[in-house]
Amino acid sequence: MKKFFAKAYIWVLLIVMYAPLVFIAIFSFTQSRVLGNWDGFSTKLYENLLTGQMQGNASLIAAVENTLIIALVAAFVSMMLGTVAAIGIHNLKGRKKKAITFLNNVPMINPDIITGVSLFLLFVFLGFAQGYVSVILAHITFCTPYVVLSVMPKLQRMNPNIYEAALDLGATPSQAFWKVLVPELKSGMVSGFILAFTMSLDDFAVTFFTRGTIGLDTLSTYIYTDARKGGLTPELRPLMTLIFLVVLILLIVINLRQARQSKLNVKKY
Amino acid sequence: MRKRSNWSIPYLIFLIIFVVLPLILILVYALQDSQGGFTLANITKFFTDKDALSTFAVSIEVALENTILCILIGYPAAWILSRKDYNKSAVTIVLFIMPMWINALMRTLATAQLFTILGMNLGKGTLLFGMVYDYLPFMIYPIYNVLSKMDKSYAEAAVDLGATPWRAFWKVTVPLSMPGVWSGVLMVFMPTVSTFAISEFLTNNKIKLFGTIIQENINSSMWNYGAALSLIMLIIIGISSLMSKDKEQAEGGLI
Repeated sequence: MKKFFAKAYIWVLLIVMYAPLVFIAIFSFTQSRVLGNWDGFSTKLYENLLTGQMQGNASLIAAVENTLIIALVAAFVSMMLGTVAAIGIHNLKGRKKKAITFLNNVPMINPDIITGVSLFLLFVFLGFAQGYVSVILAHITFCTPYVVLSVMPKLQRMNPNIYEAALDLGATPSQAFWKVLVPELKSGMVSGFILAFTMSLDDFAVTFFTRGTIGLDTLSTYIYTDARKGGLTPELRPLMTLIFLVVLILLIVINLRQARQSKLNVKKY
Repeated sequence: MRKRSNWSIPYLIFLIIFVVLPLILILVYALQDSQGGFTLANITKFFTDKDALSTFAVSIEVALENTILCILIGYPAAWILSRKDYNKSAVTIVLFIMPMWINALMRTLATAQLFTILGMNLGKGTLLFGMVYDYLPFMIYPIYNVLSKMDKSYAEAAVDLGATPWRAFWKVTVPLSMPGVWSGVLMVFMPTVSTFAISEFLTNNKIKLFGTIIQENINSSMWNYGAALSLIMLIIIGISSLMSKDKEQAEGGLI
């Protein structure tokens, strides 16, 4: 009986949580411009989205491209910067380690709007033209801490001597880095990359403040402007549905990977 | 001696330019007038600006209500999810945390659309519902994390020693799970105060939160006042994270 109530509670919560998403997904399969009107089944919106043929809304495609490019570049740079930083921090001691770990936490504690406003002021102060580059720099700022946090546990588990051994055996530091460190840290780096990528895709506030006035739109700023104008672009419905699916699949893959790794780790020891 | 600690130097420089300097700039701009002279006028303006003050009060109120609702709804969910006998599937947990990875704006818009089509009046009620909807995963996840790592034998020992299961839950499980609750509070309270866009969509522009007035000032080029408002928010964040610092243990990773 208790079990029944517990299960029912979880399912009711899930149904309520997913109702809006399911609602969007259902109405992505009808052609009606107004959400909530059912004009019969149609995959027209998907076709429009995938072929980029939308009535006067080509900027949605541009926004999706911008979002993906920014997320890929920011996640890649964050992964490299964060991995090197994590190795450095791991080898620091005492007060220095505490200080840099604290600084690394600041972007994660700060609400997006503070990160956005403060970086906006930075670019104004430096006279740095705001656009693609400023948005990417801003995204690297809030993504890198997550990479550092994903790589750190791998470093703690790694045998500290193997890198030294590679150097002693005649590897150059860059060979030792690519052939010894990177393979050991790879899984943490990949998790960090995926985290950074989704954080970047997810962002609205920071992009909003650092994109300047050149008309650069990512998906979230596009949605914001679109919703303010009233009436969403109907092609957003299939787009959102696809994004939900991709995120769900990514998360399941990450979780299965982690489950497999923890099993492997158990076997190792 | 090869010093690999030096590898942290590029990131340290990066952090100083993109984290420390921007925060200092908030302070500098907050204490400047539009000509660049020193002034406290931006700070005093907030305390005499009825609009800003009432927005601030409303934001704190909404954030408190949202946080409490998230705990009340999220704690039981986290507890059930952490029990192996009630929930065996890892996919259920993924389903609960998945919304954290979807653009909040998108999810909010979907909720607002659903409200409109159901014929609900957009206002305080829908704002709270939408906020709980947006932030619930951020409460459930840290609590779930702590509960599932917790040593179950403590609660069992309490029951063996004669406590009722109910009493064991309140006296053992709940106190031990407080670090998770505190992380959840941190992840729900401040972000609620600082959201912009979300509250407008959920209330049809009827209710503004603190984040919105920061955004409005920055966008209408009132940088100094916008910076002063951000500074006030930063001070609150500082206080609230100090308050929860010893209560919250580092709960590594979000996934």
